[in-house]
Amino acid sequence: MSDKSEQQRLSVFKTYKLYVGGKFPRSESGRVYEVTTRTSAAGAAGKDKWLANAPLSSRKDARDAVVAARKAFGGWSGATAYNRGQILYRVAEMLEGRKSQFVHEVADAEGLSKSKAAAQVEATIDRWVWYAGWTDKIAQVVGGPNPVAGPYFNISSPEPTGVVAVLAPQESSFLGLVSVLAPVIATGNTAVVIASERSPLPALSLGEVLATSDVPGGVVNVLSGRTAEIAAPLAAHQDVNAIDLAGADDVLAKELEIAAADNLKRVLRPQPVDDWSAMPGTDRMTAFLETKTVWHPTGSLGASGSSY
Amino acid sequence: MSTAAPHALADVTASDSTLRRFLHGLPGVDAVGLEARAASLGTRSIKTTAKAYAIDLAISMVDLTTLEGADTPGKVRALGAKAVRPDPTDRTAPATAAVCVYPDMVATAKAAVAGSPVKVASVATAFPAGRAPLAVKLADVREAVAAGADEIDMVIDRGAFLAGDYLKVHDEIVAVKEACGTAARLKVIFETGELSTYDNIRRASWLGMLAGADFIKTSTGKVAVNATPANTLLMLEAVRDFRAQTGVQIGVKPAGGIRTTKDAIKFLVVVNETVGEDWLDNHWFRFGASSLLNDLLMQRQKLATGRYSGPDYVTVD
Repeated sequence: MSDKSEQQRLSVFKTYKLYVGGKFPRSESGRVYEVTTRTSAAGAAGKDKWLANAPLSSRKDARDAVVAARKAFGGWSGATAYNRGQILYRVAEMLEGRKSQFVHEVADAEGLSKSKAAAQVEATIDRWVWYAGWTDKIAQVVGGPNPVAGPYFNISSPEPTGVVAVLAPQESSFLGLVSVLAPVIATGNTAVVIASERSPLPALSLGEVLATSDVPGGVVNVLSGRTAEIAAPLAAHQDVNAIDLAGADDVLAKELEIAAADNLKRVLRPQPVDDWSAMPGTDRMTAFLETKTVWHPTGSLGASGSSY
Repeated sequence: MSTAAPHALADVTASDSTLRRFLHGLPGVDAVGLEARAASLGTRSIKTTAKAYAIDLAISMVDLTTLEGADTPGKVRALGAKAVRPDPTDRTAPATAAVCVYPDMVATAKAAVAGSPVKVASVATAFPAGRAPLAVKLADVREAVAAGADEIDMVIDRGAFLAGDYLKVHDEIVAVKEACGTAARLKVIFETGELSTYDNIRRASWLGMLAGADFIKTSTGKVAVNATPANTLLMLEAVRDFRAQTGVQIGVKPAGGIRTTKDAIKFLVVVNETVGEDWLDNHWFRFGASSLLNDLLMQRQKLATGRYSGPDYVTVD
């Protein structure tokens, strides 16, 4: 091939699609919206460069995603914690292989230099690994035997809440997204995630990674579009058990919290995060866990002081 | 040799050869055209008040079915209660058309729906295979009718049909119809998934109607391919043509594989566009289903409240 013919080659544009139930559908509504670069100076002047058309999800896409998440819940929550950890680690492995693509997308999405974007992506991969390690340890931290004044074994263990709707942070399109998504699914919940409204492309590409990482279809469902439009039906949905409002502003968060009260959803209110790369702690995992406590009679104690 | 209804086509059942000549003289089915027509009818958008009407109509057409080896009297009673009042939180939800059970559960079901308009349908004639001597099949039917069944769902002998022994199939339906007497309406199940071709489904439809079926029904729900919009459309065309020729109206019941409100509404569109409003009534059209009812109720709740409902808010069968 000569240089000339390479110059003439037309680049192939990518059609970004949703990730629902392990498949890549377009929005049921057929709508798309323009996604542009976020370069601070040009952005202010209204000269953002067009990147791609992303699906503009409707409430029916949200409904379909909840159905998919509910269907996946039994298998995912029933899998051993060890198995979930292996699968999440596999996600990190797959991300490592596609790092250059994500660096490119994050740089465009957030108006970062290549080196800063690379640091973000690496921090994101490390976060997957960190949460992958937590899957079979969280129960030891927040569960265990309790001392009781009576002849009983009393044991608490954390169980996943169910289907969790997640509003991904608006500013941090990839590290922020994974920082709210990974803790939800690490403990056995299934998730419906609304990607950052302005910068949804890294989230949509993450769907392609999840689809090839042994994560069962439906465990994570990624929607792109107007956060307020998609979040309202999710907050009111009777078959969603919890909602993480990380990506909502104060006004929207209040509305969604009211809607979510109808079926007593667990609500995680938005908390200001300056630096998503800081060590997150276990709060985001424990926010979507229910504690089950079992009382079991020890029976009469034998001569040795133990009934066993 | 037996004679069924005294209508214009009565002479075609006079002998094996006349029946064969008639059934094989039916025009062949344009399979591509049929499927395209059924698919195009599935694209209609039914919203708001029309959707609310369609959902209530569909609920009133459900034959709430449990046909498992593990059926217990308790499960049948629960099913009966659900048929009478599908949504206990909303008394405006209509009752279903019937409950459909095995013959030995008819008495239990009858007691469970007593005092309501809900009917009791019973499968019979060695359902689902139909592989039993005629005497056994007839005894099966008589027992069910004696126990109080309002409707009998019989299966045809697919082996005889596929072997070309149409008169045997015909006479068996006639005999079962006699066993039903005036107490019970007869639904004839063709098991379209086992008939291989659309031509066979058309022939079976005419055969069933000539033999005196009150309803023709697609499937047992026990095989891989059950009711589809295409085979239901084909059967609806058959009942439309049969009424045009004889003046006798026959009901249609798709069964098996219809699980969502969207599917059910597609079938109702097919009914309305093929045979018209005369069939938009649970006396003439039914859905054989179990999980469909819950989806209809969830959609009904969504229309009423504006919130998507979930399986926690409807009863588990």
